[in-house]
Amino acid sequence: MLIFEKGQPGRFATSQAPKASGKCDDIPAELMRKTPAAMPEVSELQTVRHFTNLSRKNFSIDTQFYPLGSCTMKYNPRGAHKAASLPGFLARHPLAPESHSQGYLACVYELQEILKDVTGMAGVSLCPMAGAQGEFAGVAMIRAYHEARQDHARSEIIVPEAAHGTNPATAVMCGYKVVEIPVRTDGDVDLEALQQAAGPQTAGIMMTNPSTCGVFERQIEDISRIVHEAGGLLYYDGANLNAILGKVRPGDMGFDVLHMNLHKTFATPHGGGGPGSGPVAVGERLLPYLPTPIVGRSDAENGSRYHWLDQDDLPDSIGRLSAFMGNAGIILRAYVYAILLGREGLHRVGEFSTLNANYMATLMQQAGFQLAYPERRATHEFIVTLNKQAKELGVTAMDFAKRLLDFGYHAPTTYFPLLVPECFLIEPTETESIDELEGFVEAMIAIQKEAESSAELVKGAPYSQPVKRLDDVKAARELDVAYQRS
Amino acid sequence: MSNIPGELKYLSSHEWARLESDGETVTIGITDHAQDLLGDVVFVELPEVDAEIAAGDEAGVVESVKAASDVFSPVSGIVIAVNEDLEDAPELVNSDPYDDGWFFKVKASDLDELGSLLDAEAYAEVCQDEDH
Repeated sequence: MLIFEKGQPGRFATSQAPKASGKCDDIPAELMRKTPAAMPEVSELQTVRHFTNLSRKNFSIDTQFYPLGSCTMKYNPRGAHKAASLPGFLARHPLAPESHSQGYLACVYELQEILKDVTGMAGVSLCPMAGAQGEFAGVAMIRAYHEARQDHARSEIIVPEAAHGTNPATAVMCGYKVVEIPVRTDGDVDLEALQQAAGPQTAGIMMTNPSTCGVFERQIEDISRIVHEAGGLLYYDGANLNAILGKVRPGDMGFDVLHMNLHKTFATPHGGGGPGSGPVAVGERLLPYLPTPIVGRSDAENGSRYHWLDQDDLPDSIGRLSAFMGNAGIILRAYVYAILLGREGLHRVGEFSTLNANYMATLMQQAGFQLAYPERRATHEFIVTLNKQAKELGVTAMDFAKRLLDFGYHAPTTYFPLLVPECFLIEPTETESIDELEGFVEAMIAIQKEAESSAELVKGAPYSQPVKRLDDVKAARELDVAYQRS
Repeated sequence: MSNIPGELKYLSSHEWARLESDGETVTIGITDHAQDLLGDVVFVELPEVDAEIAAGDEAGVVESVKAASDVFSPVSGIVIAVNEDLEDAPELVNSDPYDDGWFFKVKASDLDELGSLLDAEAYAEVCQDEDH
């Protein structure tokens, strides 16, 4: 039930009532609304109950294992939240002068330095508000680079099949034509196809490594050589950075630009459309084009001073992406997370996320499930294909996914990547205990048994959730997203 | 095994082409195998009538609850009609992929192009390979 459907006309909570009269005499009459705004008319207790009950229906990382592949749903440490919520940070106005913001600017500067170090790049801008904007900024810089060199014939971006799903959209948004190249059956890029696709029309390649096949692209140095020899640049999608954190650096693989998802790899709150953070990092060639503002540091005898670097300091910058620099609170959480773990801790992120995924993959294989790339070692995530179950038992990956909810597990990513039929992309992350990993596999084994003995039971799931199986076809065909008060 | 009519021509990307009796109109849609892989189709984007397209061009998009896929034109020519019924009833692609579920018709500029497409037997092999 919506909050609008609760309560009675005229009911309100005193604690929420405006304190001042709100009288403004100078608003032009044509801008004044004719009918009162439709507001929920509920008491304070009704409001508390409404939102508390909603939150109890939430399937979240705070309540359940959430192995959503390619999304890195790891635990957000409460310590990071606590530190980022210090009043000095919370109450700082974005237009506060530098002299009043030295603490905040110091944190931002240090995070820039940490991210440079982690990625092996020459410069970082924390501006992008989330991954999509980070991708956009990255490819916009590639474009600015070619244009500054009067190299106007470069009109294509190469995207391997195993790249992140958003990459083709980004290339098109930046005015490029997308050239897709296949991956081989072992999950690595088809080098011959790349060789044929690369040429004087190539602006760059967008890829993620490990790829969405859940395997590390072993020919990355060859790919880097082929694309660079053709005059293109390499874009790294940071979607899967968690797997290699502290182990391999995109800069060392030959990438020229990348974006990171701090809400994935650096454990800031994630999902639900909340604020994200998608910083970009670049090699020497793209340094002049970083989006502004960036925080700089000048060292003097009486200590360091931090200051904003803007368009005046970086005249070739692709410019601003929003009014202020990123989501301040999210940037702070990522900074605290990095400081809490330290260099050694960040190394363990990559190690344990990979160990957990490989442990689960092995357990599932032993239980008879089919891995998509059984001959390859998994990275931080792995793919199981339920094609056999779908064909022989009529129980699809979607049915398994829905039934998992009844066992208390959030479903993994389903039907992605597209090149593996009836697949689960499973990413446990480093923050889960061995008990959870084993519990999930046990649930899968139990569902397999159900599928063999009573397929209809699995096909009707879930049974224990606030809503039953949703009709996603009807929802898509008869889209109805605007609430209208009756 | 999915339905692969013997009289049609195919692309390995799962489009079919049918030369109509007037000898120049080619009707295009997606195969039974394609609709089966996609699952319930929820949206179809079609080319503009009068648009000129080349063989191999992206001519539309088909979207299901699982995935969105480009639809490529098997032949070159001018688009002379699109299946407007799909706008309100995209499920026709699932229920009748070779008849009521057609996508668009092209006045072909080079009928020789049809000769280079896959015949039913060759297309059946493509589907077989995909199934492993």
